[in-house]
Amino acid sequence: MAGSTLEIKDLHVEIEGQEILKGVNLTIKGGEFHAVMGPNGTGKSTLASAIMGHPKYEITKGTVLLDGEDVLEMEVDERAQAGLFLAMQYPSEISGVTNSDFLRSSINARREEGDEIPLMQFIKEMDSTMDYLEIDKNMAQRYLNEGFSGGEKKRNEILQLMMLKPAIAILDEIDSGLDIDALKVVSKGINKMRNDEFGCLIITHYQRLLDYITPDKVHVMMQGRVVKSGGPELAQRLEAEGYDWIKEELGIEDETVGQNA
Amino acid sequence: MKVDTQLPYDKEYITQYSERRNEPQWFRDTRLKAADLADELPMPKLEKTRIRNWNFTNFKHEVSGAQIEKYEELPEKVRVLLGEKSANDNLIIVRNNDVAYASLSKELEEQGVIFKDIFTAMSENEDLVKKYFMQEGVSVDENKLTARHAALLNSGVFLYVPKNVKVEKPIQVVFWQEDPEAALFNHVLLVADQLSEVTYVENYVSQNENEESVANIVSEVFALDGAKVSYGAVDNFEKGTTTYVNRRGTVGRDATLEWALGQMNDGNTISENITNLMGENSLCHAKAVSVGRGDQKQDFTAKIVHFGKESEGYILQHGVMKDNAASIFNGVGKIEHGASKSNAEQESRVLMLSQGSRGDANPILLIDEDDVTAGHAASVGRVDPVQLYYLMSRGISKQEAERLVIHGFLSPVVKEIPIETVQNQLREVIEGKVY
Repeated sequence: MAGSTLEIKDLHVEIEGQEILKGVNLTIKGGEFHAVMGPNGTGKSTLASAIMGHPKYEITKGTVLLDGEDVLEMEVDERAQAGLFLAMQYPSEISGVTNSDFLRSSINARREEGDEIPLMQFIKEMDSTMDYLEIDKNMAQRYLNEGFSGGEKKRNEILQLMMLKPAIAILDEIDSGLDIDALKVVSKGINKMRNDEFGCLIITHYQRLLDYITPDKVHVMMQGRVVKSGGPELAQRLEAEGYDWIKEELGIEDETVGQNA
Repeated sequence: MKVDTQLPYDKEYITQYSERRNEPQWFRDTRLKAADLADELPMPKLEKTRIRNWNFTNFKHEVSGAQIEKYEELPEKVRVLLGEKSANDNLIIVRNNDVAYASLSKELEEQGVIFKDIFTAMSENEDLVKKYFMQEGVSVDENKLTARHAALLNSGVFLYVPKNVKVEKPIQVVFWQEDPEAALFNHVLLVADQLSEVTYVENYVSQNENEESVANIVSEVFALDGAKVSYGAVDNFEKGTTTYVNRRGTVGRDATLEWALGQMNDGNTISENITNLMGENSLCHAKAVSVGRGDQKQDFTAKIVHFGKESEGYILQHGVMKDNAASIFNGVGKIEHGASKSNAEQESRVLMLSQGSRGDANPILLIDEDDVTAGHAASVGRVDPVQLYYLMSRGISKQEAERLVIHGFLSPVVKEIPIETVQNQLREVIEGKVY
């Protein structure tokens, strides 16, 4: 079997009593790149956070399965150990913990006790991955995300992605705040991950990221649901024409969450 | 219940004690005068910590400690502080009240460095000790406990670094309270003469989870003009010991004093760390970490007073509280009139790990001069669940994620502890206390 399968079925999510997701259905398989697009405020980031288990989000209905296992029953660390990864839109800053110690702990958390990654091998892998992503070497010894620029934080998320090699990755607005050079580097890293074993869900509201990463499937979210799915040509049409034609087609006036068609 | 506040040791006892030890007359007089003051003076005034029921009077005053012949005699608790047997040739180990091991490298001895038991120094280096002992630093009459300290002094170390001498390797003292009821009335007197440099590290270790005792510690540090002193400490008294520790710095012109204090006691503690920046362009960093657990109550004060022009003082206190522990962190930056162009900065942060713990950061700036800069930051909070989520989303367990956040929180001070073995030991003590 090639890779893992993440199935999201009829997912409903609330934050502070307000329902944000109102029945999302999506299936991502190993080897596939999916893009979830949509204007701001339509629930895209909520979908990412809810799958990973962010403490603020409450799942009120629906299921998320990874290779048939109930993800929603797992603690956040168990979700990661099962093969999920989320590149966050706003990664936390953790003072006093170096980037390199954090990465090593993360890698070792997936390995058996006594089978920790040898230090030299870790340093070599980290060095070459940092080179690949054109990250300044001293970032390894800086505290995790502390004082990082927006672009450095995003590159650091992709560094973790490449080092941890998850089965399914969700990238939450990995392109926001990046200049064109940084966007190219980040895309290069994501494309390097592409193989039959790896599935990816890319959340963005700009088409421009998809100029560098070609998705197999494109989904549009509005009002807390996936309202349209298609191939890469859907993304191109969105770039050319915006979202209004979809709204017209579906009779949606306000696409944000809290509105009903 | 009100605890007896009068000491079981009177002036007659003190006279005999002093005579038995052949102390110089001036010091015997100091003791007796202090004994009178101890009766009259009030306890230290703490704004937010009640100390009425703490044990200050129940202890054994005179407990000798045998010489240490072999490294193997030392308990594990002490050994880990020393690392490999011969790692440090500038080392004193105090066992109960006596110096049980002392060594100073020949090189330092030849350069005129003095490093010895304070009672020996009173006779052999009388002028120096007399000049600095409880004169300009901590006064005998500050409160009941400073007076008791002088009256009942039973342990201490004197370190003198002559003019222009730069001591490269750290100098270490381990105070090991082997007897669970032995009280420690300990004085550290450190004088770094002009343009000298020294790094000093001390460890306090006791073995009295159940037996009551008292530690009354005064450290006086003098960094004379142009001197550079780095002072590291890890206090690790067990639950039975009530601690009063008063560390005082006096910093001359162009001189620097850096404190790195690991306040890891398990018993009730009053810790006062005050530095007077006397000279122009003097500098002090006062860094401290603490962990509170069980039912212990602690009161920490870090204070820097600016007298000299262009003096700089930086206070950094980080504390972690768990169980039902309660702590007050006072941070005081005081700029006296005339200390123009000075800078007083402070940061106090408290992390609480349980519902029952209490932490209070109390930042104070007192400024009597216009042309200065000053600032403070204080926060009290819990471990941020979003930080834990981020770490856990990479597969790290909740416990390990908390551990990383706590170590990270304390590391700005821990990494300043000068001796690596002591730094590692502090990390382990933190680990032991937090989990």
